[in-house]
Amino acid sequence: MSRKLLGQLMPVITLLGLLLLWEFGCIVFSVPEFVLPKPSRVIETLITSFGPIWFHAQHTLMTTLVGFVIAVVVGVLLGVFVGSSRLAYQALYPLLVGFNSVPKVALVPVLVVWFGIGTAPAILTAFMLSFFPVAVNVAIGLATLEPELEDVLRSLGASQRDIIIKVGLPRSMPYFFASLKIAITLAFVGSVIAETLASNVGIGTLVEQASANFRMPLVFAGLAVVAAMGIAMYAIFAGIERRMTSWATRSTDFGIGG
Amino acid sequence: MSAAATPLVDIAGVRLTYGGIDGTLAVDQLNLTVAPGEFVAVVGPSGCGKSSLMKLVTGLLAPSAGSVSVAGQTVRGPVKIVGMAFQNASLLPWRTTLDNLMLPLEIVEPYRSRIGRERASFQQDARKLLASVGLAGFESKFPWQLSGGMQQRASLCRALIHQPSLLMLDEPFAALDAFTREELWDVLQGIWIQRGFTTILVTHDLREAVYLADTVHVMSARPGRIVASYKVQLPRPRTLESSFLPEFSHLVQKLREHIRTERGAADAAQVA
Repeated sequence: MSRKLLGQLMPVITLLGLLLLWEFGCIVFSVPEFVLPKPSRVIETLITSFGPIWFHAQHTLMTTLVGFVIAVVVGVLLGVFVGSSRLAYQALYPLLVGFNSVPKVALVPVLVVWFGIGTAPAILTAFMLSFFPVAVNVAIGLATLEPELEDVLRSLGASQRDIIIKVGLPRSMPYFFASLKIAITLAFVGSVIAETLASNVGIGTLVEQASANFRMPLVFAGLAVVAAMGIAMYAIFAGIERRMTSWATRSTDFGIGG
Repeated sequence: MSAAATPLVDIAGVRLTYGGIDGTLAVDQLNLTVAPGEFVAVVGPSGCGKSSLMKLVTGLLAPSAGSVSVAGQTVRGPVKIVGMAFQNASLLPWRTTLDNLMLPLEIVEPYRSRIGRERASFQQDARKLLASVGLAGFESKFPWQLSGGMQQRASLCRALIHQPSLLMLDEPFAALDAFTREELWDVLQGIWIQRGFTTILVTHDLREAVYLADTVHVMSARPGRIVASYKVQLPRPRTLESSFLPEFSHLVQKLREHIRTERGAADAAQVA
């Protein structure tokens, strides 16, 4: 088997290995199902309860994507603003860090007071959790422009706008696409948290209700679906990143042991 | 290159202070004139304010006192008739070599407003320029596909594409190996002879200064000013053979003495 194929199969092999270990652990120690269900039971539930799971999963996916899109737009605008002006950086960066340190789970009740139970708090939580990496990465890409290059452009009479458009933005693209991968997974975290606390649809709600009824296989089935959606989205954005910024990721081989 | 011609660059009694009134005095009492078409090298101990000199001439920094004029006009903002190249080639990795050369044309007038219609003819000029430094056939390569020496050639071309009358070089070959460096001395000398622009080369390499320049100026330790100037009388084009002539080594030796004295003065000032 070629090394490349082996590398691609490795995650699947690891996952299967972990599931087997889990399955046998449950059997050997006779773990009760309401504590930790066997993976075979989780898979069984995934199939038998496909209808309701799919209904809730769709909802979570939409909520997450809407929150994520808002986060990308706001994150890029904020990042450009903070990254292109020293004053804006000094004024806003500490605030951003402070806001990012607030546990968003504590803000969900506030959102419920403002917007009521439902989709809006979930979208906003997804947005609040995921705009930060986008903003920071875009700002870093802009702020780490080589001073010599800036001198070259300035001496030619380039305006701040010229420099951002010709050099700053293209240069921050690798940072931007890298941040999308992180942001999309954070958006899932945000929407599921809000659904758990303040919604009546979505995987978060499903998991919350299932665990209240001690239906552990359904809880784990819901979590597995969120993980699968997260991986799928991550893979999509990793693919986009590779296509868009091939100049920045020329070599994907690791230095040691290639 | 008659001395009577109006100088292209005239720096008179310039002082530059960084960071407010109590800031560091970078240069003081700096006087320097460069005739049109002249190739000038500026050497000095590290931290002598050579980079300040670059920024003063290109209008990126305004002097705290004194005046800087380029082409007969007092510098009050970015001087667009200048091309710049640095130790770091700083080419844009997402652009091909040819597109990297086009960058200044997308910014500086009058090219900026003409590039939409005349891109093809500008690209033709860029190809010619690349060919003249030995980069024919590398137009569509990306910077990271080029060696360090090739990147530096491309950086030189980018500095020259808008046909500036003044080329400012800040240790452009310092990061290259000795053989590549000597190769690029000839490339630079060749294109300078061919195009006749004025050049100010800031360098630590005394052999480089003597090899390339008509006049070598020695800068003092901070606050920087010119403490000695030497005309290099060796005939053009200079070759590696010229660098083995006794005049050549004699001049390099004299410059080295100056730098040693200046470094000593700087150390003494630090102790005191």
